[in-house]
Amino acid sequence: MADTGIGAAVRRKEDFRFLTGKGNYVDDINRPNQAYAYILRSPHAHAMVGKIDTSKAKAAPGVIAVFTGEDIKVGGLPCGWVVKFKDGSPQHEPPHPVLAQGKVRHVGDPVAVVIADMKAQAKDAAELIEVDYQPLPAIPTMEAATKSGAPLLFENVPNNICYDWAIGDEAAVDAIIAKAAHVTKIEIVNNRLVANAMEPRAAIAEYDFGTGEHLLYTTSQNPHAIRLLMGAFVLQLPEHKLRVIAPDVGGGFGSKIFLYAEECILTWASAQVKRPIKWTAERGESFASDAQGRDHVTHAELALDKDGKFLALKVSTQANLGAYLSTFAPAVPTYLYATLLAGTYTTPAIYAEVKAIFTNTVPVDAYRGAGRPEACYVVERIVSKAAQELTIDPAELRRRNFIAKDAYPYQTPVALAYDSGDYFATLDMALKAADYAGFGLRREEAAKHGKLRGIGLASYIEACGVAPSAVAGALGARAGLYEMAEVRVHPTGSITMFTGTHSHGQSHETTFAQVISDRLGVPIENIDVVHGDTAKSAFGMGTYGSRSLPVGGSALVKALDKVVDKGKKIAAHLMEASEADIEFKNGAYTVAGTDKNVPFGAVAFAAYVPHNYPLETLEPGLDETAYYDPKNFTFPSGTHIAEVEIDRDTGEVKLVNLVAADDFGTIVNPMVVEGQVHGGLAQGVGQALLENAVYDAESGQLITGSLMDYCMPRADNLPSFTVGTHVTKCTHNPLGVKGCGEAGAIGAPAAVMNAVVDALNAVGVNDLTMPATPEKVWRAIHRRLAA
Amino acid sequence: MPSVTLTVNGKQATVEVENRTLLVQLLREHLGLTGTHVGCDTSQCGACVVHVDGASVKSCTLLAVQAAGTNVLTIEGLAKGDELHPMQAAFRENHGLQCGFCTPGMVMSAVDLAHRNAHPTEHEIREWLEGNICRCTGYHNIVKAIKAGAEAMAGSR
Repeated sequence: MADTGIGAAVRRKEDFRFLTGKGNYVDDINRPNQAYAYILRSPHAHAMVGKIDTSKAKAAPGVIAVFTGEDIKVGGLPCGWVVKFKDGSPQHEPPHPVLAQGKVRHVGDPVAVVIADMKAQAKDAAELIEVDYQPLPAIPTMEAATKSGAPLLFENVPNNICYDWAIGDEAAVDAIIAKAAHVTKIEIVNNRLVANAMEPRAAIAEYDFGTGEHLLYTTSQNPHAIRLLMGAFVLQLPEHKLRVIAPDVGGGFGSKIFLYAEECILTWASAQVKRPIKWTAERGESFASDAQGRDHVTHAELALDKDGKFLALKVSTQANLGAYLSTFAPAVPTYLYATLLAGTYTTPAIYAEVKAIFTNTVPVDAYRGAGRPEACYVVERIVSKAAQELTIDPAELRRRNFIAKDAYPYQTPVALAYDSGDYFATLDMALKAADYAGFGLRREEAAKHGKLRGIGLASYIEACGVAPSAVAGALGARAGLYEMAEVRVHPTGSITMFTGTHSHGQSHETTFAQVISDRLGVPIENIDVVHGDTAKSAFGMGTYGSRSLPVGGSALVKALDKVVDKGKKIAAHLMEASEADIEFKNGAYTVAGTDKNVPFGAVAFAAYVPHNYPLETLEPGLDETAYYDPKNFTFPSGTHIAEVEIDRDTGEVKLVNLVAADDFGTIVNPMVVEGQVHGGLAQGVGQALLENAVYDAESGQLITGSLMDYCMPRADNLPSFTVGTHVTKCTHNPLGVKGCGEAGAIGAPAAVMNAVVDALNAVGVNDLTMPATPEKVWRAIHRRLAA
Repeated sequence: MPSVTLTVNGKQATVEVENRTLLVQLLREHLGLTGTHVGCDTSQCGACVVHVDGASVKSCTLLAVQAAGTNVLTIEGLAKGDELHPMQAAFRENHGLQCGFCTPGMVMSAVDLAHRNAHPTEHEIREWLEGNICRCTGYHNIVKAIKAGAEAMAGSR
């Protein structure tokens, strides 16, 4: 079975349908008698909403109904996490209506919904809705939002500050910084990004009057969470009357975790109009309504002794939350950010404070990495800056401060306890793969051609496998974060596995099947993995934070344990042996020390046709469910190295090499892991060189509101990558896995920008904000040369 | 409403459409060929690429009526039954897809490249893909897949 077990580069089970056009995405689905919804969105960033006249729209051809905030009397969108102010008081949690209630707070804020027989009719009719907007001054930037006397988004949120949170001992850190031999300071802007999964969000809602059941198809990374949040908090629908299906989903990257207004509007409206209703976002709507990512402004100070040992780190961050609290938004710039500021280092004292600010922009929430890329960017940029100031090689400075490989478990000063890792190994691996030693010659060669060449490192860490429920709860989470797995062995020995995680590119249908094939010896073609349907998988918390394998895979191992154990009892009966003497390996139960054996399939058959079966002590059937609550986070780590060449005349940054050496623990499918790393790296490079969500400072309009204006990485922006892995196993989950989905997006931005700054040092430029566009680089070079 | 007759995946179809109906809407909504996807509204993403009379075309930039009388090939028409086209097989073998949403457009675009250039270099492939966006793979394995797929196509001629 090794060829389809753990560690094999099994080709994917899901590919055939995707390659032949048989994928089943939400917009591919049509329901009988289906109507279409179009959402009218605010063209203003900040405005009072007076009378909304829908009469002309209601009379337009094909229109079934028009609803506004006056009509839809349901709960607001809930927030799943509470962060506290420094004084212990809870965050401000202003209402988040599904349709505007008297005010709009960002361009794209939903104002009304038109439902019509045809999509075009709904869109045409929406143009006939007359909304009496009274525009207010827009405050799209954190600077504008926190200025004294700034207009307020919400009356009861003073200064537009959601919370002002801190971790660590400020006085102790200040005292160390005051006495340190060297202090490196840096100003960081972590640019706002748009997730831009290639499949726009979509939904179809349907209500069955016969049974009272609601059905929602939606583009979600976590259908059970959508059912819980929408049912319990918005629409007051019990779970048994609400089925949520997230079929094939075309990428998420975080943006499809959250409960969105459209899902609630459609579910509610389908019962009003007694028709199924379909809505599919246009890409422009995705830009105006999908939660966006990042958007931090940070000042950081790193204190070092004369030998370059880190003594203390002080970080002050402002985080832009946008106009409303999205589902997990408060956790991203706090518990998923500041707790990672120790990085891979022994920095003994850390203080971080985070002010979260409401602005007239699209809400911000988790985007690939969620807080951890922002933390890595702060730490790895300031470490490289310190290396430059102290003229210590950046690899050497990192080595001097790495946590020793025999120091685990390692308690950081910012709450997390790392279980395992070897940062030296991945650093060395990356240095070798990048030919770090030969860089000097390449730089000289580039200089001969008038080019500026730079190299940059980032030795990241991340906390994945979210999350131990009790810890998360103590930190303000309003949910548990365990996972469920059901292994249903069928009478003839084939298997259907049900998971509460969701695959939207991650390849669970293959990798989870490998774990099963490895354990039970069942051919992989006889195993199907089912996800994305609340009526099929009992429960689950979905896929994000690289949790599917560390948490969902652990639940799967527990369920497999139960299957194997029950099978032992059946096998013992069949072979008339003692259960204690039964061993299971290579797909068969054997009596230890004999050649007596019974294959797994025969045990399965006996479980369902129990003619010769211990019915007095054992139930028939072979179908086991397990829930797994993680004992700790997992801590993938590694070093990424970027090499760039800059054209002084055009400012163009060419990424000539990108190396990633990662430690993800046990690897189930190396092909899939490499693919995940590649994708993450591309998003990280995108952040560093290309992508930026820009709002007009006066009007609050999103200037980069389409794929023509927002620069997504194309094939010709990127090189082929060099990736490799070094394994230290996670010590607290049964597979020893750590998670690999976010690493690329975490390490790459810092590595690329360290390389850009390294290159620009030659012309006296020692800082630059992302993205390093040709214009920005050219201006930096020429401003410096002019001076 | 105008009536459009065209050949799709070898079968003739006659469809009544609105004047403003796009070819991609005709394929998805009238013929139920949902393998061709819509990922944007500005003709940037390339998820909707099909072949019209043998050349790759973004089906969101063509009105259905403009496609009257043409021969259209979509992702559904590429494989021979259960046997994948060499380019499809190369995408599978090289893990050139993750979520699968951009994949039909990528494959159709790649097949056209291979028809024009039997042995494309990495650079030529990356330049060719300017009109196809993938958010999952970082293009690394797509480039590998197209190179392998093109070679396989050349070899099978």
